Amino acid sequence: MERKTYDLWVGLFVIAGFLALLFLGFQVGGYSEERSTKTYNVEARFENIGGLKMKAPVKSAGVLVGRVNDIHFDNKKFQAVVTLALDTRYQFPKDTTASILTSGLLGEVFIGFDAGGDEKNLVQGDNIKLTQSAVVLERLISQFMFGKAAEGTDKK
Amino acid sequence: MQKILNIIRGLGNRTIEFLWRFGAMVRFSGLILLHSGMSFRRISLTIREIYFSGVMSLVIIMVSGLFVGMVLALQGYETLQNYGAQEQMGVLTALSLVRELGPVVSALLFASRAGSAITAGIGLMKATEQLKAMDMMAVDPIARVVAPRFWAGVFSMPLLAALFSFSGILGGYLVAVLLTGIDAGVFWGNMQAAVDVRYDIVNGVIKSIIFGIAISIIATYEGFDAEPTAEGVSAATTRTVVTAALSVLALDFMLTAFMLRTAP
Repeated sequence: MERKTYDLWVGLFVIAGFLALLFLGFQVGGYSEERSTKTYNVEARFENIGGLKMKAPVKSAGVLVGRVNDIHFDNKKFQAVVTLALDTRYQFPKDTTASILTSGLLGEVFIGFDAGGDEKNLVQGDNIKLTQSAVVLERLISQFMFGKAAEGTDKK
Repeated sequence: MQKILNIIRGLGNRTIEFLWRFGAMVRFSGLILLHSGMSFRRISLTIREIYFSGVMSLVIIMVSGLFVGMVLALQGYETLQNYGAQEQMGVLTALSLVRELGPVVSALLFASRAGSAITAGIGLMKATEQLKAMDMMAVDPIARVVAPRFWAGVFSMPLLAALFSFSGILGGYLVAVLLTGIDAGVFWGNMQAAVDVRYDIVNGVIKSIIFGIAISIIATYEGFDAEPTAEGVSAATTRTVVTAALSVLALDFMLTAFMLRTAP
């Protein structure tokens, strides 16, 4: 075979290969520019973060507004300190409530934002004062069971 | 007593032989890197080899990818529907293909389709004393014959793995959407939510590049090292396929252990 034929086939092969890589990146991986947008960091303290993990989404009204950037433990106050990277496109009042929620019974754990009424907005390095810890299912069940048991003894 | 000594001697002999071959292979890969200038200066040499190892493997890679994806989707449906989670079929096929099956199965196919051909080709050149003739004409056989084949393998492998994953996901799509009637939007949407570009796709590409390096070194070394007889070449070809397949699987385990996101 001639050299030109090799060149043609190899060129087609390379184009097909890179198209496949692009397909994997965009159609399968759902790559978007979201990662490269600017963010600002705020901190929130929780008594218990349950199953919250790094990179967990932060949602307000169900829309993705940021991600969990860092989780560490404050050894003085015995609380979990969660750093959230929020998209600069979205601004929230200072008295926003951050609560740890679960989508469905077994779904992923995320942080939900409920906006408050303060006129000032959260800025880089701020602390979210109003937080709501994760609901631990075992505690909920045991509370319910002890409550039932207590009711039973009262009746007698 | 003598028997036990013989067994121990045999073990020692095998160990030394293995270490010797491994060391020779490392030195050989150093030589390839040292003499690979020509494969870039005369790029047509490398392009010819990409044609023989990459383009000629396309059909087997694409067809096997299609079937692997279709089988994955069928088997996944069988199990997932027990939990009412058929919607996750896209995630199952995409993640298993992009992370593991794409790089590994295409590397195994590449080793048996292209690796064996490289070994047989170089071994035959050695048996017919073409390599010696080149040496006599002051043409370095490593630069002229081995390095272009090595670089062609390293370049082709990630593209072939990507094409394998692509046709596999296409096969999964065919089974999921056309056969079992899952909504196409749900199929792609769940997949995009679960597959991470950095951790899943880029890691798969890194894996396939490393497999390409390993297979190319093994195939060219076994060919270059083959005994210059018909039996020697056939034994070398067998060794290539066995060694390449084993090292791909062992390397895959090590790479996966490093790449998985176990740390928070």
